[in-house]
Amino acid sequence: MNLYQKRRLINGINLTLSMVAMGFGLFWLGWILWTLLDQGFSSVSLNVFTKMTPPPGSSGGLLNAIAGSLAMTLAGVVVGTPVGILAGTYLAEFGQKGWLAPVTRFINDILLSAPSIVIGLFVYEIYVASTHHFSGWAGAIALALIVVPVVVRTTENMLKLVPNGLREAAAALGAPHWKVIVLITLRASKAGIVTGILLALSRISGETAPLLFTALNNSFWSIDMNAPMANLPVVIFQFAMSPYDDWHKLAWAGALLITFGVLGLNILTRIIFRSKTTLH
Amino acid sequence: MTKLQTESREKFQAFLDVAFRLTTKFFAFAVLAMLVGIIVELFIGALPSIKAFGWGFFTSTEWDPVNVKFGAIVQVYGTLATSFIALLIGIPVSFGIALYLTELSPPWLKRPLGVAIELLAGIPSIIYGMWGLFVFAPHLSDDFQPWLIDHIGPIPGIGMLFQGAPMGIGILTAGIILGIMIIPFIASVMRDVFEIVPPTLKESAYAVGCTTWEVVWNVVLPYTKIGVVGGIMLGLGRALGETMAVTFVIGNAQKLSTSLLDPGSSIASTLANEFNEAVGAVYTSALIELGLIMFVITFIVLALSKVLLFQLGKQEGEKT
Repeated sequence: MNLYQKRRLINGINLTLSMVAMGFGLFWLGWILWTLLDQGFSSVSLNVFTKMTPPPGSSGGLLNAIAGSLAMTLAGVVVGTPVGILAGTYLAEFGQKGWLAPVTRFINDILLSAPSIVIGLFVYEIYVASTHHFSGWAGAIALALIVVPVVVRTTENMLKLVPNGLREAAAALGAPHWKVIVLITLRASKAGIVTGILLALSRISGETAPLLFTALNNSFWSIDMNAPMANLPVVIFQFAMSPYDDWHKLAWAGALLITFGVLGLNILTRIIFRSKTTLH
Repeated sequence: MTKLQTESREKFQAFLDVAFRLTTKFFAFAVLAMLVGIIVELFIGALPSIKAFGWGFFTSTEWDPVNVKFGAIVQVYGTLATSFIALLIGIPVSFGIALYLTELSPPWLKRPLGVAIELLAGIPSIIYGMWGLFVFAPHLSDDFQPWLIDHIGPIPGIGMLFQGAPMGIGILTAGIILGIMIIPFIASVMRDVFEIVPPTLKESAYAVGCTTWEVVWNVVLPYTKIGVVGGIMLGLGRALGETMAVTFVIGNAQKLSTSLLDPGSSIASTLANEFNEAVGAVYTSALIELGLIMFVITFIVLALSKVLLFQLGKQEGEKT
């Protein structure tokens, strides 16, 4: 075999392997989603949305867990978003000089991928340990701490996309700096920031680890944020690890709800952001 | 409007300006404080355990809540071993995916395939765990692991990693699932850095007769190697701290075993399983110390990743 053929052969083998790698990635996505559809749809029934989590051996649903999850994710986003937007605004608009902005940017990117179970430990230490009880608020705080870095990053990126001409035009008309930022640049990057919030929402709706030590769980209907609160991820964890078949079924139903909620949000953010960017 | 009114209005606006800047600055500072707070709180929480065990915590394999003796070797080993297996799978596959997306894919397929791979990152980790426990692990124990035990187990040296019973759950299973989970993170960084290679560089290589593979291996990869390593570090950081998926499939045995097929435990899985049931200050504190160790390791890995990716960006800025 001459050199030319050998090079062609190596090229062919490696490019085929690359296609195999692509297929490998898609294979797992397909397998996991198929399992969820298969197991999930056979377990989802009206009961899931109308009944409370049952003791083993009796029928029930996930209503309290769904409500708890919604309440805590909502509270997490409501608390985390303003913090994230303001910090992101500082990085983009005032971050040209000084040490604070580059350091914060660096730290923020690390927090973005930091292990979420550590956030749970942290909130346990500062909140649960001092109030002496698990609570929905503790869970919401933990989730808010995960929301912040996501919103900071997208807010900064989006504000940096706003052309400087807009800022200068507003400043030339005599608008004070804060008005330029609030009424011009933040408004111009609204779609991008909403994308960031949705992204954060999809990120925290499936988070389990930070809720284990903060919200714990609750087998009964409770919307008291000051008491332990049921939530889908922890219920799925508990039910899936149990030896009971009917609990497994409910866990699959919950898994289906969470995954398609999260993936739906994920795709929605892409659509929103894309339709906005193609307008320009 | 009188001159006086205009002046006071201007003053008021100037005040609002300062107030606005300080407010945003305060929250930027809050992000920083959050990191410092995490480290300080974990350290305070870990103090009783640090006092009780000192450096011995890092050299002991004992994890005995009954006699209150704790060491971190088993969990640290589990964390590192699963992450290492994850990288063995994640790096080549991510490289292949990035190569496919940047060089081979027809343009109309690029976006949907890219999104599909990114969706892998969107699936919550608890779903990976559940799927791993109920679907993947049984397949492993029925088909793959007996083959490993029969064919690789008898080989001296490497064989000792693949001995024991095909249980399905264990270090190997956790590693494989982590590998799948980090693919989207590494692949998307690799794809992004491959795309910044100037087309002229690639075209000149093609012009002297290079094959696609030679262009990627000899031009694209050397040009982007810092970024590629940064992406790998990002994936590693993710793998080290991953909790729920690992907790489901690692088996949660607090003992050290040479075989990858045996159950073990990682730092994160130990925390998830034992923290709520931990009785006594030292037990809780030992768990918090584990969390601190994990946080410090992931922090270093992720910081390294950031620095490398930043270097690549700077290099890029100098050239253009």
